[in-house]
Amino acid sequence: MSILVDEKTKLIVQGITGREGQFHAEQCMKYGTKLVGGVTPAKGGQTVLGKIPVFNTVRDAVKKTKANATMIFVPPAFASDAILEAADAGIELIICITEGIPVSDMVEVYRYIKASESRLIGPNCPGVISPGKCKIGIMPAHIHKKGNVGIISRSGTLTYEAVGQLTALGYGQSTCVGIGGDPIIGTKYIDTLELFQKDRGTKAICMIGEIGGSAEDEAAYYIKKHVTKPVIGFIAGQTAPPGRRMGHAGAIISGGKGTAEEKMKVMRRCGIKVVKSPADLGKTVAKVL
Amino acid sequence: MNIHEYQAKEVLAKHGVAVPKGIVVENPDKAEAAARKLGTDVVVVKAQIHAGGRGKGGGVKLAKSPREAKTHASKIIGMTLVTPQTGSEGRKVKKVLIEEGMPIAKELYLGILLDRQTSRVMIMASEAGGMAIEEVAEETPEKIFKELVDPIIGVKPYLARKIAFALNLEGAALKQMIPLIMNLYQAFIKEDCDMLEINPLVITKDDRVLVLDAKVNIDSNALYRQKEILAYRDLAEEDPMEVEASKFDLNYIKLDGNIGCMVNGAGLAMATMDIIKHSGGEPANFLDVGGGADEEKIENGFRILLSDPHVKGIFINIFGGILRCDILARGVEIAAKKLKVKIPIVVRMEGTNMEEGHQILSDSGIDVIVAKGMKDGAQKIVKAIR
Repeated sequence: MSILVDEKTKLIVQGITGREGQFHAEQCMKYGTKLVGGVTPAKGGQTVLGKIPVFNTVRDAVKKTKANATMIFVPPAFASDAILEAADAGIELIICITEGIPVSDMVEVYRYIKASESRLIGPNCPGVISPGKCKIGIMPAHIHKKGNVGIISRSGTLTYEAVGQLTALGYGQSTCVGIGGDPIIGTKYIDTLELFQKDRGTKAICMIGEIGGSAEDEAAYYIKKHVTKPVIGFIAGQTAPPGRRMGHAGAIISGGKGTAEEKMKVMRRCGIKVVKSPADLGKTVAKVL
Repeated sequence: MNIHEYQAKEVLAKHGVAVPKGIVVENPDKAEAAARKLGTDVVVVKAQIHAGGRGKGGGVKLAKSPREAKTHASKIIGMTLVTPQTGSEGRKVKKVLIEEGMPIAKELYLGILLDRQTSRVMIMASEAGGMAIEEVAEETPEKIFKELVDPIIGVKPYLARKIAFALNLEGAALKQMIPLIMNLYQAFIKEDCDMLEINPLVITKDDRVLVLDAKVNIDSNALYRQKEILAYRDLAEEDPMEVEASKFDLNYIKLDGNIGCMVNGAGLAMATMDIIKHSGGEPANFLDVGGGADEEKIENGFRILLSDPHVKGIFINIFGGILRCDILARGVEIAAKKLKVKIPIVVRMEGTNMEEGHQILSDSGIDVIVAKGMKDGAQKIVKAIR
């Protein structure tokens, strides 16, 4: 089993006629994801990638294709609008890859999404993959393997690192969720943990965090109370200087808060197996299983 | 992006927020003229740098005459100001703000920022103005009031009133405070602020409410629609290597160690710094070349790493996703040959087109140490520079 995406997911891509949108739409399709359409305003009626219809609006696309998921590759200035359009059209799962959306746009989007039926993953994330079933995102597919480890992470390549280690040791993944590196994201650790706890196909959870904010602390308290499956954790940025934004918009130690040390302490106290070195992630998960 | 105090006050004034009269100058003579023009009994001479705690380092002085303003300005302009926020190397002062003095009756704190836990804008207010809010939060958290703003309605009068009453204001001060809070929120939203901190917000003896000091930080992601703010950017306040890196869309942050790092992805870049440290080394930088890097970007990244004289070795850690290992390898080859690199390079590559990448490097004739996994890589570079 898996969470969020599987064989039944029907995907559209917003921004499918752009270079990146088209490239990754094709990669997802090649992996076996059911790609049913794309949306680019004023380009409706065209087809791309051989047979994929392009629509002017998300509503049109949903009506014609019964899509229930979207992947957004729209430039940052227009991405928040694309998310709102998808939610308005009733898309269940909105995955926004775009990096660089202004925070004030996301404050509004978050408020709207929470009052809607949709779930938003990201923005500024690599996407979601349930190996062997469905890939919606930009992650390199070939490093993944079907299995029973659930992965949640704020980072892209660091997730690949963990996946690579696990696969090399022979352990597959149920679903890997990149929740995104921005200060405001649609789906937080806690939401994802709840899904993994319920999923019968997930036997252990690997949680990869980084400096900035307190989402990992909140997740740790949640785990202590509600998660019975083993959780292995890592926090990136143990050597990061305070007050500097480390690549991700959300990765900043401000006012002495959000340090790796503090997060690791809370996580340990809540029963999470915290590894100090990112090279030990795979090994530690293997040991638990 | 950070802006100077005088710029922050210009921005706030645009939104109807009361600020003291002030004039920015770059030399002592103009400071004297500015003080004369303001015409108040007392003026304040304030160093303009992107760091707080200026008063503690001698960057803020009271002057009782235009002549004294000139004397202070001549000492402050050109000085290297060291404050608790600048680090030991300090910052060179190029400009001072000459501002009218205020008969202060009360100092308050008002901050607007993003609350990540609720994903909403939060207004923080305290009667304990004039001190670091982190200290207030630590020692007397009950003195800080917090209100979350629903983005659909923004700050309405009732919310502003709640804050003003919590600050124990009355009479004329209360009346001025309510629109001031609403205007500050407007400024925060319209100017795409990351953080807006008024410390102190003062109530004068003649019952005026004014912003005495303002710290404004703008959301870098929104600069494309904030052209006026972008013109405020002061490159002299930024690290020259970081400015150079930003030209090529490279995410570079200088650190104190001697192992240069080149990584794709912010999380992996941080984890690489961590593992270098765990292996007994010290990272010289954070460098995320991003997903869409090409040969040219890799070459520029290399050049920037090498321009740091402390760098004794380079660790390249790439998990190829969108960034293919063969492109990385070619970029490294070009850069190493062009820049005649003499220091050890350790390369760890995994993911998309890994075999091609390794082939390119072994055919190139450049001297690289190949690592398997990031731990092996970190240990190899630490050993190589010993």
